[in-house]
Amino acid sequence: MSDPTRPGGSPPEPPRSRGPGRGPASEVVASFLVNGEAVRALVPATRTLLEFLRDELGLTGTKHGCDLGDCGACTVLVDGVPRLACLTLVAELEGAAVTTVEGLAADGRLSPIQDALDRHGAAQCGYCTPGIAVNLTALLAEEPHPDDAAIREVLGSNICRCTGYTRILDAAREVAGGGQ
Amino acid sequence: MSGAGHRGGGVTDFSTYLGPEDTLAGRPAEGGIVGRSGLASGTGKVDGPPKVTGAAVYTADLRLPRMAHAKLLRSPHAHARILAIDAAEALAMPGVLAVLTGADLPGRHGPIPVARDETALAVDKVRYRGEPVACVAAVDEATAREALARVRVDYEPLPAVFTLDEALDPGSPAIHEHLARKAARTGRSPNVLRRVHQSFGDPDAGFAEADLVMEESYFYPGSTHVPLEPHAALAAPEPGGRLRVWTSTQNPHSVHRTIAAVLGLDPAAVRLTKPEVGGGYGGKCDTFVTELCASALALRLGRPVRLALEREEVFYAHRGRHPTRMRVKMGLKADGRITALELEALANGGAYASYGVVTAYYLGVFGTLPYRLDHYRFTATRVYTNLPPCGPKRGHGAIQPRFAIELHLDRMAHALGLDPAEVRLRNAVEPNTVTVNGLRVTSVGLRECVERVVEASGYRDKRGRLGPGRGVGLAASAYMSGALHPTYANEGPHSMVQVKVDRSGRVTILSGTADIGQGSNHMLATVVAERLGIEPADCTVVEADTDLTPVDLGSYSSRVTFMAGNAALQAAERVRKRLVSAVSAELGCDPADLVLRGRRVFVRDEPDRGVDWRRAIALAEAEAGALGAMGSYRPPRIGNRFRRQSVGPSPAYSFTAQVAEVSVDLETGEVRVEHVWCAHDLGRVLHPEIAAGQIEGCVYMGVGEALLEEQAYRDGLLRAPSLLEYRVPTVHETPAIHPILVESHDPEGPFGAKEVGEGPQLGTVPAIAAAIHDATGAWLTAPPYTPDKVLAALRRRGVR
Repeated sequence: MSDPTRPGGSPPEPPRSRGPGRGPASEVVASFLVNGEAVRALVPATRTLLEFLRDELGLTGTKHGCDLGDCGACTVLVDGVPRLACLTLVAELEGAAVTTVEGLAADGRLSPIQDALDRHGAAQCGYCTPGIAVNLTALLAEEPHPDDAAIREVLGSNICRCTGYTRILDAAREVAGGGQ
Repeated sequence: MSGAGHRGGGVTDFSTYLGPEDTLAGRPAEGGIVGRSGLASGTGKVDGPPKVTGAAVYTADLRLPRMAHAKLLRSPHAHARILAIDAAEALAMPGVLAVLTGADLPGRHGPIPVARDETALAVDKVRYRGEPVACVAAVDEATAREALARVRVDYEPLPAVFTLDEALDPGSPAIHEHLARKAARTGRSPNVLRRVHQSFGDPDAGFAEADLVMEESYFYPGSTHVPLEPHAALAAPEPGGRLRVWTSTQNPHSVHRTIAAVLGLDPAAVRLTKPEVGGGYGGKCDTFVTELCASALALRLGRPVRLALEREEVFYAHRGRHPTRMRVKMGLKADGRITALELEALANGGAYASYGVVTAYYLGVFGTLPYRLDHYRFTATRVYTNLPPCGPKRGHGAIQPRFAIELHLDRMAHALGLDPAEVRLRNAVEPNTVTVNGLRVTSVGLRECVERVVEASGYRDKRGRLGPGRGVGLAASAYMSGALHPTYANEGPHSMVQVKVDRSGRVTILSGTADIGQGSNHMLATVVAERLGIEPADCTVVEADTDLTPVDLGSYSSRVTFMAGNAALQAAERVRKRLVSAVSAELGCDPADLVLRGRRVFVRDEPDRGVDWRRAIALAEAEAGALGAMGSYRPPRIGNRFRRQSVGPSPAYSFTAQVAEVSVDLETGEVRVEHVWCAHDLGRVLHPEIAAGQIEGCVYMGVGEALLEEQAYRDGLLRAPSLLEYRVPTVHETPAIHPILVESHDPEGPFGAKEVGEGPQLGTVPAIAAAIHDATGAWLTAPPYTPDKVLAALRRRGVR
């Protein structure tokens, strides 16, 4: 792309490269489901699921916190298993079913864990909340009545900087206890 | 964009509310957390559902047509002269749109007018490793990042200053040239931003009166906020030469003014909007390179430009806790009364001032609370070093001295064989008094805080009796509810709120406040709804959009509930008067007999005689036209008693007492905080879950600073620039936190409310330090209490 505001005009264009030092990128095709809808992606092989969800599908509920797999804000489900979208390549997803935070609420109603997180005031700034909602959803799908240790084990992969986890634990315990 | 609420029901139980003259102050204080386990459905915050569904929109979630992306080139040197910058090769790359350097944005800025020493990008010199030097805009982020490597910068490295001692040395190289000239005249170090010395009463006489005088040194480390959302800004040119900016900030008003000043624009030509903010804790109070460069690039390129920081860059943006070396000297009578206090604090502020002038004052001014002191003196010095700038972090400037003073008081109580809780009670400041340094104190719930936290934790039964490796510790503190004086001189209100009422019954609250997760939107809705007899869910809050919302100074110094809450209350009261006037005319009753409750306006003693909410609105519109009102808040003019008293005083102070229970592994030195009970006097509970959540967040952040977190450097390079290396507490390191809400009904707070967002953090670290002493017999004077430090202390004591 040339820009008239730049001095000296444009030199011949070298091959496009994507990302630092990666050289010319090969592209990949992957077909998979995102929140139940079929998606066919034609993307550079280096494209992460986080970038794809946010930049190409406009699903910005999945948050970018660190890009290094440290914070858990980008947690999504791939075939029901929690995965960090920032460390997952689109190229890995052929045939997979991806669920993001946008896919948790059905028919405009909050899922049980979303409802509990809301009512307990577990979302302050809310930036970690999507990842936590997704992560706890996976736990509760696998084990509807997890004990405290199981809840803590799962929450250990999500950083929340606002709440001290207290209200998140309360919400998870409530749903795990069947609403008691 | 932000803050719209559509909820059913409100959690706050105001059922005992009687009438317009009977404010919430009439309701008996309940304390504790009301109904926490028995919440009915739909009782969350007005902005809760968007946050749990992912619908909440943060700055980096925004996408605009033709949006370009910017990346920053940062300095590899801690201190160096910039000899030349050559961006030709980067500019020649396909997809690269522009490169900015310091020369493009030379205007100096800073949040405090007397110390504007920062530029958007380094001009002539870099002053810390990681300082932004150039900004590249390109069609996508990858291209911008790649182009950074093709911007050539020639540096001439200069000797760098990293430590307090280096910075205080008169021979140290000047980090800011204008201070070098001054230092040459005075013979002092050129790297002192501000030194504050104040003395009250007769400290020497006070020490002479004491039965025990102790003097010790303490060190409080630097730490950083780690908001989970990295700083981001998006700017776009608008027709007519205007500029729109969306940014992740705590202080929209300040950033609005700063962008206009640095870019040379009329502030009226800039519209700044704060989308949802993913955490601040003080870390998003300054104006950042994100906002300035995105704005400049958008205007230059005529297209939207986004500049979002990566996680590592957030650590370099910093503005976190000042590492502070302190010396405390205190005199105590044998019965525990404090006779005098002397404090010296030296704070390492990094390369730029940020709020550092205020930090220097805060380090000393709050020494006179929460205990009555007749004799006090302090010297606080904030220096420059070649490190990322420090600034305000939750409990700004007050955390470090409170740590030192509380731990010191515990040591002295121990030395005198006194109960530390009793010592706190004996010295507790009284309501409606003025401290020796002129702080006007109104409501005080400290006594109740200490008593309740002692009771809830079993402190007296546990202290000294839990056996080796286990212990409890207590600390108390006070904090401000906003600053009496604004950050820049102006006579206007500190907060203004507009309330407009629609015929549908919907109430819209427009406010320049910044909800950063602390719940200020719900606070505004609660205050207005309470005044109008409706539910918070009936209110839409529109916040922080300079074209739409009246000015509020921002989310800093724990000011929003007190100041914006009062402004909202005044606006709602004006609307209420209109409603009462129209309805009383319709019903033929005395306006004073009308009550607004349950979405109705009715006669107090004849509840059936009344009109519903929409009818009341229709009557008010028919009587006098459009229904809405503005409200504003300006702090009371409390006369300054001496020169330079302007930094520190607040219209009201919150009070806190907390008890930590720890276990210490005597083999490994690992400290686990098992429980923290924290009783906080917030004046009046407006929303129990939000208030308790603020206490929990404060304690959490304190636990991080006590055990894990330190913003440390090696030759100016961050040791831990990632979330793996910089260890914030996960759920595994976080104790059970037991908040206790104490109400003291402040006479000037909205419905009696005071702050709750920062004060509860002040005592967490000293309570943990006291508990470690109870567990091990060692006084640990420098957090974080990592296993190596604890083991070394145990070895010194011969425990291991």
